[in-house]
Order: sequence, then structure tokens, then C-alpha cells
Amino acid sequence: MTGSRSASLFAFALLTPALLYILGIVAYPLVDTINLSFTNAALKPAYDWVGWANYEKIFKANFSEVIIRTVVWTFFSVSIKMIIGTFGAVLLNAAVPGRALFRILTMPPWVVPMAIGIFMWGWMYNGQFGMISGLLQNFGIVDGPVAWLAYGNTAFWATIVTDVWIGVPLVTIYLLAAMQSIPRDLYEAAWTDGAGRFYRFRRITMPMIIPAMVTMSLLSLIATFNSFDIIWILTRGGPSGSTTTMIIDTYKTAIGSYKYGEGAARAVMICLFLSVFCLAYFRVVGKINTGERA
Amino acid sequence: MTVQPLDLDEKMAHPADDAAAAPVVARKSVKATRAMIDRYTWYEYLAIYAGIAVFLFFVLAPFIEGFMVSLKPLSRLFSTPYSFWPENGSLTAYFTMWESVPGFWRYIVNSLFISTAATVIVLIMVVPAAYAFARFPFPGRGPLLAAFLAVNMFSGAVLLIPLFRLMRQLGFLNTYWAMIVPGAAFLIPSAIWLLRTYMMRIPRELDEAAWVDGASRFYTLRRVILPIAMPGISVVAITTFIGAYAQQFIFALTFNSKTEFMPLPIGLFAYFGRQEVVWNELMAASFVGITPVLILIVFLQRYLVAGLTAGAVKT
Repeated sequence: MTGSRSASLFAFALLTPALLYILGIVAYPLVDTINLSFTNAALKPAYDWVGWANYEKIFKANFSEVIIRTVVWTFFSVSIKMIIGTFGAVLLNAAVPGRALFRILTMPPWVVPMAIGIFMWGWMYNGQFGMISGLLQNFGIVDGPVAWLAYGNTAFWATIVTDVWIGVPLVTIYLLAAMQSIPRDLYEAAWTDGAGRFYRFRRITMPMIIPAMVTMSLLSLIATFNSFDIIWILTRGGPSGSTTTMIIDTYKTAIGSYKYGEGAARAVMICLFLSVFCLAYFRVVGKINTGERA
Repeated sequence: MTVQPLDLDEKMAHPADDAAAAPVVARKSVKATRAMIDRYTWYEYLAIYAGIAVFLFFVLAPFIEGFMVSLKPLSRLFSTPYSFWPENGSLTAYFTMWESVPGFWRYIVNSLFISTAATVIVLIMVVPAAYAFARFPFPGRGPLLAAFLAVNMFSGAVLLIPLFRLMRQLGFLNTYWAMIVPGAAFLIPSAIWLLRTYMMRIPRELDEAAWVDGASRFYTLRRVILPIAMPGISVVAITTFIGAYAQQFIFALTFNSKTEFMPLPIGLFAYFGRQEVVWNELMAASFVGITPVLILIVFLQRYLVAGLTAGAVKT
């Protein structure tokens, strides 16, 4: 039954609904974004082709600054997520009583509506009454109230911390699953030969989870680069642009000031970055799947 | 964060097959070895529990603080110095919030409705597509699957401008559809990947036997594959629903301005954006809003983890 032409036709028939849906809701808008980026489209229905004018305009403005800020923001967020997630996975992988409960307790930030978790962070960052400033004052670490979201520098880090918080459960649970799929025989053989716990971790666990760590870093990179909700709810890109990443910048330009053409040019730049990450992802996943170590 | 394509857990398809195979004597000694490996000294226990405590504090702090806030009377809330424990704590906010957030019930119902509708659309699209990818070696299968997965790299935010125009053309602006239709599209890729992996584990002989008996391909899918794939389809449905519930923000923020259609996060965001935020009520409302999901994960965490994370090392 396999391999025949009718089988292929049947397969295409099965794929048609999903394919049309994605073409309509993702592929067409993507083409339309590129198209719009060469126009001066705005609220009014008519618009003209303007060539590369939008791109010239955004680079003459502060766009390079936004790119650098986005790259720094993403770099720190992904790195911290990976570090905390790896620690978490190692801890939850330990055979101690209560671990089933600890694993459940790791999940809420990931499954709860994102916006609601962010509201809670919004309160924690409050300078006068929030938990972070409050506890630091109670312990005498800072003198007066610190309104974390009111200054560029602290707001930048505050949004990173919240992004890390939302991303950590997935990293942790993913790496935990990778650790648990390592054959126990390896550990038993090493143990029989007298290898200690740290030696076993360094020589068995680490090499075995590296492919999973590479995959997760890339997935996390893509998700973090696209992070919108956290910054929008906490700071809306402020104060004075200090948390304006490329996504926020695009949103402000297009939806905030109705400059569709210019916004589209900014969106196209995001797509360029994302395609690089995406190519890297497929290369790595392809390598892992064909058996090579990434 | 988008839920990324990962494989179904081996454990789901092949329950406990490693333990059953070994003879009893051998298993005993293996057990003894395992017990010895897993034995920790007291300071190792201490370090592990201390580490877990710090880790879980980071993960749960906002929820703990949010809950404390929901118990504090407003006058205590806005007082310095900061105190973590609610003095004169009460559940008052859980009652008063129903009046101060008038549409609250409506928001929760909207959220559930939007997630359910998106899940139904995703399942209708994904079940046949996953079967096609799992079973038929049609030309272009690899690139097509990759193209589906590439959808995951775009968030709604990047495509917002043309999506806005598209929604306007379709007349979906300020209706439920403007939140359901784009939301579902971004949930399709992961769902296809997940279900495809599950269906690949269903023995091919079943299809072939049905084929030999003269069943049509469509009949085989409906009467042979679907019933067997039900556990996998349920996992996909649950993960899709939770994804849809968790990610309601940007489309609802941009494509809908009618209060009566707002999902919970946007409804509360409007409330959050006001000058004087009644924080204890906002937190109480948040807790009521997330309770359904919290209950779900307690019962379904095994499937969630299985569905979303395993196969990290699938070689």
C-alpha cells in the first residue's frame, strides 16, 4: 500500500487543511510584511512603493541601538535560563524523597497564563511596597526603597529576571527528561569501577545531555528574541526606551503610531535574525537525529 | 514562550519494559546496586534540599507573594516597613473583587471559550496531517515538515501588521475569531510534531491488515488509527489547550477592544493599567483565574511532561 501514487495523493489530501491554514495565517502575512516594508502604508487605505526608504530611515534613527540592546537582553536571558535550568534539572534528578512533588512545583510559571505571572512580578518590583525592595530593606542591604521599573538600568535587568522566571521551568524539565533517558547501566558500570558522584556527573551526565542543551538553547533563543508580553506589561519599553527590544520597537511603530510600512521594515529585520537562529536549529537537530554529536 | 516540538515519552508507549525483562535474581542485584548509587550522605542530602529550596523559592516566589497580597487588607498593603506575612489577613478581597472587576466571570468564560475553540481547530487540522507525516513517504515530506516547524520561530508579534489587515478584511476585528484564528495557527506545528511521533509508534501492520480486508484509506484512519491514537490525541489536546490558555495576550490586546470578548489576561491588564490599582483584589482575581490550570497540572503533570519534554535525547 505504500509508495503508490494514490498513497501520496491521499497524504496530500490529509495535509491540505493544515497547509492552507498555515499558508493563510503565517505564510501570507510573512510575504505581506516584506511587501509592506517597501511602502509608506499607514492608516489611510492608499499607499505607495517607496523602495528602501523605510530601511534607510530606521537605520538613520536609533535602530542599531535597539538591535544591540535586543542582543544583550537575549544573551543574558538565555544564558541565565540555561544555567538555572541546568542546576534545577540536576537537583530534581537526585533520588531524594519528595522529588515527584518538587517536579510539579516547578511547572506553574510555564503553564499559568503568562500575563498573570507578570502582574505578580509587577507588584514585586514596586519600590514602596513590593517584596524585593521590602525584603532588601528589611535585611539592610539597600537603604531606601528601590523602584526597580523606574530606572533604565534596573528595569532592563528586572525584565530579564522575569523572562528567565518564565523560561526556567521548560529548560529544567527538558534537561531533566534528557538526564532520565541516560541508561542507568552507564552509572552502574562507572559506580562498580569506583567512580565518584562528581566524576560520574562530569564524564557521563554532561556529555550525554549536551545535545539536549544545544537544542534547548536554540529554542530558548528563538522564544526569548520574540519575548513581548513581559516587557509590554512591565514597562512598555520604557523608561525612556531602555527596555525597547526589536519586538517592542516594532509594536510601538506599527500599532502605536500606525506607521505600518516602517513597522514592517523593522519586523523584516527581526525575521532576518530569526532565520539565522532557525537555520542553526535545523542543522543541529538534523545532526543529532542522524546520530552525530552536535 | 512557545511550547516546542518534542517527542512523546517512551514510558507512555512502553510502560516499564526494562524492569520486566530481567530474571528475578538479576533484578535483585540490580536493585541493590541502584539503592547503593542513590544513597547520599547527610551533607549531600542537606546540599540537595537546600539547593531545591532556593530553586523552588525563585520559581514560586511571585505566587507566594501574590497570595499574601490577596490576603492583606488594602491599608496594610500600602504601609511601610514591608512585612511578608499578612497581619489581619482575610479573604475579603476574594469577595469584593467580583464587584470591582465587573466582567470577571465573563473574562474567565471568554478565556476558556477561546482556548477550547483554538484546541478544536488545531485538532481538526493536526490529526490528518500528523497521520500523513507518520505513514506516507510522499515526495517533499521532510522539507514540508521542516516548514511546519519553522512556523514556531515567528511569534505573532512579528506578523502583527499584516495579520491586523487580514483580520480587518475578514471582518474578524473585535470578535472572538480575531483571537482564536491566529492563536490556533501558532499551536499547529508543535501539535503536528507531537502527534506524528505518537502515530509512528502504532504498528504499520494494523493499517495493512485493514487494507487487505478491503477498507478504504479514510476508513482505516477513522476506524483503526483514530481509536488507537486516542491517548496521544488527548495529550495533544491538553497541551494545546494549556498553551492556548497561557498565551492569550498579544492578539487579544491588538485585535479586540470590546470588553465583553476579552480573555482573562487582557481583562485584568486593563484593570492593572489604571491609576489606582486595588492590588489585593487584582491578586485574588489572578489566583481564581489560574486555579483551573493549577488543578489541571496536579492531575495531568505526568502527561504534560511526557508530551512536552521527553525525547530530548531521541537518538
